[in-house]
Amino acid sequence: MILSNDLALAVPELILAISALGLLVVGAFAPRQTGALALAAMGALALAAWAAAVGPIGRGFSGGMISDQASAFAKVAIYIASAVAIPLGQKWFERKAIRNFEFPILILLAALGMGMMASAGDLISLYIGVELHSLALYVLAAMHREDAKASEAGLKYFVLGALSSGLLLYGSSLIYGFAGSTKFDDIAVAVQAGAGTGVLFGLVFLICGLAFKVSAAPFHMWTPDVYEGAPTPVVAFFAGAPKLAAMVLLARVLSEGFAGAADQWRQVLVLIALLSIFVGAFVGLAQTNLKRLWAYSSIANIGYAVLGLAAGNAEGMQAMLVFMVLYMVDVTGFFACLTALSREGRPMETIDDMAGLFKERPAIALAMSVFSLSALGLPPFSGFWAKFYVFKAAINVGDPMIQIAAVLGLVGSVVAAFYYLRLIKVMWFDPAPSGTDAIPGEAKAVAIGAALFSFPVVLGALVFLDPLAKAAAAAFGLAS
Amino acid sequence: MTGILSLITYSPLIGVAAILLLQALRPADDPKTINAVKWITLVTTLATLALSVLLVAQYDPANPGFQFVEDHAWFAGLHYRMGVDGISILFVLLTAFLLPICIAASWNTIEKRVPAYMVCFLVLETLVIGVFCALDLVLFYLFFEFGLVPMFLIIGIWGGKRRVYAAYKFFLYTLLGSVLMLAAILFMIGSSGTSSIPELMTYSFAPEVQTWLWLAFFASFAVKMPMWPVHTWLPDAHVEAPTAGSVILAGILLKMGGYGFLRFSLPMFPQASDYFAPLVFALSVIAIVYTSLVAFRQTDIKKLIAYSSVAHMGFVTMGIFAGNALGVQGAIFQMLSHGVISGALFLCVGVVYDRMHTREIAFYGGLVNRMPWYAATFMLFTMGNVGLPGTSGFVGEITTMVGVYEISTWTAVVAATGVIFSAVYALSLYRRVIFGEITNPALADITDLDWREVAIFAPLIAMTLYLGVYPAAVFDLTQASVDNLAAVYRAAIGG
Repeated sequence: MILSNDLALAVPELILAISALGLLVVGAFAPRQTGALALAAMGALALAAWAAAVGPIGRGFSGGMISDQASAFAKVAIYIASAVAIPLGQKWFERKAIRNFEFPILILLAALGMGMMASAGDLISLYIGVELHSLALYVLAAMHREDAKASEAGLKYFVLGALSSGLLLYGSSLIYGFAGSTKFDDIAVAVQAGAGTGVLFGLVFLICGLAFKVSAAPFHMWTPDVYEGAPTPVVAFFAGAPKLAAMVLLARVLSEGFAGAADQWRQVLVLIALLSIFVGAFVGLAQTNLKRLWAYSSIANIGYAVLGLAAGNAEGMQAMLVFMVLYMVDVTGFFACLTALSREGRPMETIDDMAGLFKERPAIALAMSVFSLSALGLPPFSGFWAKFYVFKAAINVGDPMIQIAAVLGLVGSVVAAFYYLRLIKVMWFDPAPSGTDAIPGEAKAVAIGAALFSFPVVLGALVFLDPLAKAAAAAFGLAS
Repeated sequence: MTGILSLITYSPLIGVAAILLLQALRPADDPKTINAVKWITLVTTLATLALSVLLVAQYDPANPGFQFVEDHAWFAGLHYRMGVDGISILFVLLTAFLLPICIAASWNTIEKRVPAYMVCFLVLETLVIGVFCALDLVLFYLFFEFGLVPMFLIIGIWGGKRRVYAAYKFFLYTLLGSVLMLAAILFMIGSSGTSSIPELMTYSFAPEVQTWLWLAFFASFAVKMPMWPVHTWLPDAHVEAPTAGSVILAGILLKMGGYGFLRFSLPMFPQASDYFAPLVFALSVIAIVYTSLVAFRQTDIKKLIAYSSVAHMGFVTMGIFAGNALGVQGAIFQMLSHGVISGALFLCVGVVYDRMHTREIAFYGGLVNRMPWYAATFMLFTMGNVGLPGTSGFVGEITTMVGVYEISTWTAVVAATGVIFSAVYALSLYRRVIFGEITNPALADITDLDWREVAIFAPLIAMTLYLGVYPAAVFDLTQASVDNLAAVYRAAIGG
């Protein structure tokens, strides 16, 4: 029976769901009012973020929904990222003369799904959250309908996403069959009593399905193609927030449902982490398109976040949360830069396009340099602090497997350094062909804002972020 | 006087802010603006120097501990912690001393993107001073690692023909070393629960753990130093860097490796340092003898001096890991002296390179006929490089060798032959470039030093001679801290 305190836990979701449906109706009658719709959607997201931050803590809907510090932390970050994505994309579509009023509504639905993922307390709500946000993202990827590449990206994303959903469902059904419940709490009890092969089999499928969503190797194949084909501002959105949501979900499943099988899933995660780091580093070397390059960079970065999870303790969870939030800001900023740049109407997407950018567009070039150095993990940028948390957790876990993986991961970051440096080299050293178009204001604002966050704001922001992430990580209930 | 270290560290950034403001307000390509940018930079670096002199004047040499300490809690248990002792204070002074010289040396020779160049140097100054003042592991790493970026840009934008290759090589080589150090730093923070350098100095890690930590730090500092066989990035970086870049590289950046050994390896991992000392001795004497011979075979003046730097750094590593007061004193002195002398030698190369745009030894010859003042200046620094008594080079080499002699006689004996080899390559370079008749017609109307170059060399000459005849100026400052370091180290290894 649904009680009022169940609903109190779901206030952010209710806000988003009601406003998404309401705006859809408004949009159907006033499709020209895209600006007002976008503003309303941003307002709904801000309201939901506030509700998530101050909302009550507890479990509702018979354990199907968990509202705790971890979900609040993730939701606030996700909703803010979604709100930033709206003007970025809206203006871009307007410049392309695509007047779809659905864009902000789809972002709202995706945010709703991601919030549900962060709060999932059983396999059913897990699946609903994953599907809701995925479906919105498939549409977003293909929204530039006239562009063949975008349609291809949307289709590819959809087909492979459906495959991963299949894996997820199959794993869930195995777990349900062998553990006898879909609730994480009940599964934890069953696993504690002894995890049978069936449950572990299901767990592996579940991990694989979620690895698809976060684009961790060896389930990363879709990422470069989709990043390349999808509209750049949409990539700015789905390279960040959905991955945070999926990582939180993965952390939730593993820590609340399968804490008893930690030794088993940690091995799987270490393998995924190392594969991602090295695939991202080495294959990235061969890329010439920046969107593809950043796809590989994101694969490597997800590897670091997974390494934090693989540490399997509260410190590792905290590391993963800090990592994902800082990474989200960086990647949004980077794709905002790419959104901003075009030469004679043609988007600048290859590394060679960036030649001499520093001379022509110093602000954007500086921002892109910051994101490159940050992704490289160079102090004092936010990417360094992200890696700082992850490696601190991994190196001090007292398990040689994780420690060796951490050192290998650090070496992998040196390999990746080469392509980040190449971008800086091209922008700063090479002679410039001129003729870039005017920089749109909203993309520039997002890019500069994210760059300033990456340095120096992060040095102060971490003072607040650190205890929040610590409390959030403690909510997962793993030993420190 | 609390806060003076932060003031010194960040004062170059005030110059950066001024330059950016000026760029925003006035037409960027106007020669007047460019000139103003240069003056802003020079004044900023001179102000930093003045503050550093003030710092040294206020320093209490009798106190072996850290002074002017600033400590503010940060996040995740980290602190913003600064402080100097007898080991680090002189490096702060050396950095502040060399920077105005670098700016003056770039005055007319850098023509493209002057404001960006000046910003790079100012940022670099902040970072290097920060490295020497930081008393928190992570803060240290922050300054240490980010220093790669301005240097990458300096080599890559204003360097010679193969500048991009050299910039990559410099960056990736040093990055690989420092990520291993980062792993060690994170492990140390996790297992000791603190990131404070003074506290970690009194924390004793288990011997087998020390071995791994020592190796990780060694990977970083040996590359930075650079020690044989990981020195190969240095000649490339030097040859391609602009003159002032070479001065900074040889004068200051290499010293961060030696400083790291003194600050971390010796006090924090004494057993491992003792265990690995023979390895370091072996690598050091190979560096001294082998790179001296390599230097002799070079045809490029800058490359020759770069290899001689590697050889001289061999004395430093040898002295440090002797682990006695004399060896460490000598190593510190040798670093300071090499900072001044090799910086000056690179400036000497810069003087003829600016005029003739080549660094081939064979191109020159007989310069004494046209450039007597230059010949005299070059002579002094060549002698300093060889280690002639009366110059600072002599004091550094003799002190380290005496220190090492007490610990490992053979090392000292082999290293002593290096002094002879250095005379061979340095004097033959001098002979080929300066003496003889002018045979190359291109040199017929080469001009002697102008007033700007004289002004650049004057402080370097004064410093070389002053430290050569009165080394106590340095030893008095370092004595207490070094004695303390050596006593703790000796006690820890039970010798």
